[in-house]
Amino acid sequence: MDSRRRDVLKAGGGLGIWSVLAAAGIVTPAQAQDARNVAAFEATTLDDALRALGAGNAAESGAIRIGAPDVAEDGRAVALSVASDIPRTEQIVILIEENPYKVAASFRLSGAMAPSIQTRVKMARSTRVHVLVKADGRLFAARREVTVTVGGCGT
Amino acid sequence: MSTPTRIRATLKDGGTELRMLLSHPMENGLRKDAEGKRIPAHFITELSVRRNGEVVLAADFGPSIATNPYLAFSVGGGAAGDEIVVSWRDNLGETRSDTIRVA
Repeated sequence: MDSRRRDVLKAGGGLGIWSVLAAAGIVTPAQAQDARNVAAFEATTLDDALRALGAGNAAESGAIRIGAPDVAEDGRAVALSVASDIPRTEQIVILIEENPYKVAASFRLSGAMAPSIQTRVKMARSTRVHVLVKADGRLFAARREVTVTVGGCGT
Repeated sequence: MSTPTRIRATLKDGGTELRMLLSHPMENGLRKDAEGKRIPAHFITELSVRRNGEVVLAADFGPSIATNPYLAFSVGGGAAGDEIVVSWRDNLGETRSDTIRVA
């Protein structure tokens, strides 16, 4: 390991290391993009999560459809579907605003995949669900409210 | 040993519908057991789905994904005999990979 790289690693300090390495030209942006966004996944406030995702000024989009029950009986498993009609959708991120950790999942889609996904998430209490879509390098956002009868994070 | 992922692949309308149910506790590290002791974090952090060796979906998970994660999506094209591989890794470094053939 050469000294320049050591300095960079020190500066990175674990959080956001990939962006630091990318800035120093040690890893390519493509590699950095493929690495887990640790800062986003560890974020415990919505603002921190959105900042870590670079989504501070994502454009609101009506072309992102979030399917969820208006009222979820059991917050331990709430069915969620997300579909993007935005051309060249390459990434879909789901955030649950009222959960202790905000980012539920980040999906990186291949060109072969239809930009639509169904999953099940936990909801600690009634919450807003935020979806970010990256398409052609730009970020778009949509949100939806879900009322939860019995919360599901047990905290 | 972890439990196998249940994978269903169905050819439909010129594409392949994939549904999978992973077996994992997805503990967020904040819950307490009956004696008030904290249950350590234990959740899947990374998932990949490959068709015939090519990654069709790569995902990072946080602990807000429900216990025994479920995913469904479609990929274009496909034929009987395609190999589908679902692999995951969790925060404790455990990994699992399961394979099916499209019927």
